[in-house]
Amino acid sequence: MVAVTLWGSLAELAEGPREVEVEATNLRELLAALEAAYPALGPQLARGVSVSIDGKIYNDSWFQPIHEASEVVLLNRLEGG
Amino acid sequence: MAKDEFEKREFKVVGTRVARPDGLDKVTGRARYGADMSAPGMLVGYCLRSPHAHARIKSIDTSEAEAMAGVKAVITRADFTNVPASDGTRDILDNVMANDKALYDGHTVAAVAATSRSAAKAALKAIKVDYEVLPHVTDVDAAMLPGAPELHQGRQQESVPEGFSQNVLARSQYGHGDVDAGFAQADVIIERSFKTAATHQGYIEPHACLATMGNDNQGDLFCCTQGHYMVRNTCADILGMESGRLRVTASEIGGGFGGKTTVFLEPVALMLSKKSGKPVKMTMSRDEVMRASGPTASTSIDIKIGTTRDGVITAATGEFRYQSGCFYAMNGALGAMCGFAPYDLENLKSVGWEVTTNRPKAAAYRAPGAPMAAFAVESVVDEVAKEIGMDPIDFRLKNAADEGTKSAYGPTYPAIGLRATLEAAKAHPHWSAPLGKNQGRGVGCGFWFNFGGDTCVSLMLNPDGTVSLSEGNPDIGGSRASMSMMAAEELGVPYENVRTIVADTASLGQNEVTDGSRVTFAVGLATIKAARHAIEIMKARAAATWGIDAEAVEWVDGAAQPAGPNAGKFPPLTVKEIAATMSNTGGPIAGHFEANAEGAGVSFGTHICDTEVDPETGAVKILRYTVFQDAGKAVHPDYVEGQLQGGAVQGIGWALNEEYIYGEDGTLQNAGYLDYRIPVASDLPMIEPVILEIPNPGHPYGVRGVGETGIVPPLATIANAVSRAAGVRMTSLPMSPPKVLAAIKAN
Repeated sequence: MVAVTLWGSLAELAEGPREVEVEATNLRELLAALEAAYPALGPQLARGVSVSIDGKIYNDSWFQPIHEASEVVLLNRLEGG
Repeated sequence: MAKDEFEKREFKVVGTRVARPDGLDKVTGRARYGADMSAPGMLVGYCLRSPHAHARIKSIDTSEAEAMAGVKAVITRADFTNVPASDGTRDILDNVMANDKALYDGHTVAAVAATSRSAAKAALKAIKVDYEVLPHVTDVDAAMLPGAPELHQGRQQESVPEGFSQNVLARSQYGHGDVDAGFAQADVIIERSFKTAATHQGYIEPHACLATMGNDNQGDLFCCTQGHYMVRNTCADILGMESGRLRVTASEIGGGFGGKTTVFLEPVALMLSKKSGKPVKMTMSRDEVMRASGPTASTSIDIKIGTTRDGVITAATGEFRYQSGCFYAMNGALGAMCGFAPYDLENLKSVGWEVTTNRPKAAAYRAPGAPMAAFAVESVVDEVAKEIGMDPIDFRLKNAADEGTKSAYGPTYPAIGLRATLEAAKAHPHWSAPLGKNQGRGVGCGFWFNFGGDTCVSLMLNPDGTVSLSEGNPDIGGSRASMSMMAAEELGVPYENVRTIVADTASLGQNEVTDGSRVTFAVGLATIKAARHAIEIMKARAAATWGIDAEAVEWVDGAAQPAGPNAGKFPPLTVKEIAATMSNTGGPIAGHFEANAEGAGVSFGTHICDTEVDPETGAVKILRYTVFQDAGKAVHPDYVEGQLQGGAVQGIGWALNEEYIYGEDGTLQNAGYLDYRIPVASDLPMIEPVILEIPNPGHPYGVRGVGETGIVPPLATIANAVSRAAGVRMTSLPMSPPKVLAAIKAN
C-alpha cells in the first residue's frame, strides 16, 4: 500500500482524512486506484493533477515507480510561465 | 529515467561567457521576428473587437464588408464549426473569437483578410454587430459576491462552497497542522489584507504570425511564440485538423515571459487563410496587446502570522483570491502553494481561489501566481520581525525551510538552496551599508517549482567534424548558446564547432512550451544524452577502424582512444577524423534523445533593495538592488545574470507603477506604454546578481532552471523597503506616488 496525501479541498471531497492508502506501484496505477476508491475525486483527476513522489514533481509519467515507503502528495496540476 | 544524474566534474566550456550565437543577427536586423515573414499573394488580417466589457452578441452582419473591394474573407465565430476536444481548448477558442457573448473590452468578435490595411480597416467598420450590453465586473472581491454580474453558468468546480457567485470557479486548500492551536502559542499575531493590480508582461514584440492553409487542409504557420508545438496542437484542435498536417515554425521572439504560452491570432489567421485561399499575416498593435492578450491576475489576499517573542512562527494562514479574467486559470492555487514555501511551518492553512471577471483571460507571467503571494506573505513576515525586534534576515533564517522540511504545499523538501541565499545576503556588503534620510532597506524571499516535460534533441555530425544540433524550444533566454555549450562540453569539441537551431514541428518530436524554467534543465539534459549517444556511435566506428571491441574504446578530450594497453596501441581518432570517414565506416552519425524529463528541482531566491521615498510627492527611487539565487550550475553566467536582473526589473515595474486601469464602463483606460508605465533604464540602478551553485541532483551538470524565481521576491522586497522608508506599511500595489503620499499622510 502507498500512502497518498491529498490537498485539503480534495480531502474534503473524498470525505476522508488528508492521507489515504491505495495499492499502486507506479503513477498510472496510483491515479486509477484513487479514482476507484474515491469516485468524488474523478472530476479533479480528469482535469489533471501533479504528483510529488519523494519530493520530485511529475505530471504525466505513467510508469514512474512508486514504492511503499515513497512520500506521495497530490497537487493541483502545475503550470509555468 | 534515472533521477540522480549529477556527477561532479571539471568544466571546460560550461561556466564560461562565450559569444552568443544570435547576437549579430539581432544587432544587424537580420533576425526574423513574427512580423518579418512575407509570402507571395499575402493578405493582411485584422480583428474587430468588442467596445464593451460584457455584452450579448445578438447578431453580426458582415454582408457589406464582404462586398467591399480588396476584402477576401470575413470570419465570425460561425466559421469555427469544429468543437475542440478539451475544455481548455474550447475556452481558448472562446477567447480568440467570441461565441454568444463578448466577455471583455477588446474581445474579438469578427476578423477580416484583405489586400491592404486600409481595405481591411474599412471592412471592419462596415461590420454591424448588434450588442445587448450587460452589467460587468472587473474587481475580484466584487466578482465573488452573490448577485455579482456573472460571466458563465455551470462552470463552478465541486470544490467551491455555497454562498458565492458563479464567478468563483475553484477553491484549493493547502497546509497542515492545527492553526488555532498554533496561534494560541503565539506572542505576537499580525494580520493584514493586500491588493495587487493586474500587470502585463511587457514584451517588446507584439504577437504576429503568417498563416497559409491550402485546399488540401495542410497548413504552415510562422509565428512568435514560446511553444510552437503547443500552437500546432491547439490550432489543429480548434480547426478540426490532424496536427501532423500543420507545420509551425517559431520566429525569433522579442520577449514572452509567459505571455506567449497560448494562442491569440494564430487560429484566426489560419481560418482567414482557409477561407480566402491566400496566406494571411496578422500583427497586433500595442493597444491590442494590452487589451486582448494575457496579463496577470489581480489579487486580494489576507495573511495572518503568529510568532513567539524569540522568533519562531507558530501558525500562518492565507486567503489568496485571484481574478484571472474571463476564463478559468489556476493562479490562486499556485499563490496558495508558493507564498509560504520558504518557511518551515508546523501549522498552516493556505487557500487559493480562482475567480472570473470581465477582463482578458490571464496568462502566465514568470512563476504565475507566486509574486503576488510572496508580496503579501513576505510583507507580514517583515512586519512580524520588526514587531519582535529581530533582524529580518535572522527571522527568516530561524524559520527557513531546509532539506527534510514539510513544505507549504505538502511534499518534504530534498536538498534546497534557500538558506544559502539568505546567508549570502546577510554576508553581502549591501546588507550592512549605511542608509540616509527617507531611505529604507527591504529583503524578501521567493520560491518557484521549475518543470521538465516532453523534450527532443537531435545532434548531427557533419562531414567536416562540425556539429548541428536541433532543439524544439524557442530560444528566450539563451538556449541556443547553452545547448551548444553543453554539447561541446560533452563531445570535447570547441563551442564554435556546434550550431544549435530551433527546429519546426515537423522536424522533431513533441516538445513542451518554453516555460516553467524548464529549457536549460530539460533540453540541456537531452542535449547531453544525445551527445553521449553520438559518442557511443563514434567509439564503435573507431573500434571497427582499429579492429578491436567497442568496449575497449574510451572517449577522452574529444577523441576515441584505446581504453588501456590491452586494447592495443592506436593514435586517438578525433571527432573530425571520425567524421571524415563516416561514409566508409557505416554512414552518417547522429545522436538523439527523447524523454519526458520530469522531476526538476525547486528554486529559491532572496533579494535586497534600498529605496528612497520623497515625503512631499510619494515618489520612490530604487537606490540599490541585489539578487541572490541558486542556479545549480550556471551554464552561461551572462544569461543567468540577465535572468536575475530581468526578474528584478520587471518586479520593480510591478511594485511601483504598472497597473491595468479600468473605467466605470469596464474598458481599459491605459492600453499603451505612455499611460502604462514600465521601468526604463533611467529608473534603475545596476542590479547586482549573485549566483549560487548548489547542484541539482536531477541534472548531469547540476543545472536548475532560473527563468522564473527572479520575479517572485521583488514585489515584497520593494514593499518592505518602501514601508521602512515611508514609515508606514504599504499593502496595495502598485506603490505609485499618489498611493504612497496618501499612506504617508494617513499615517
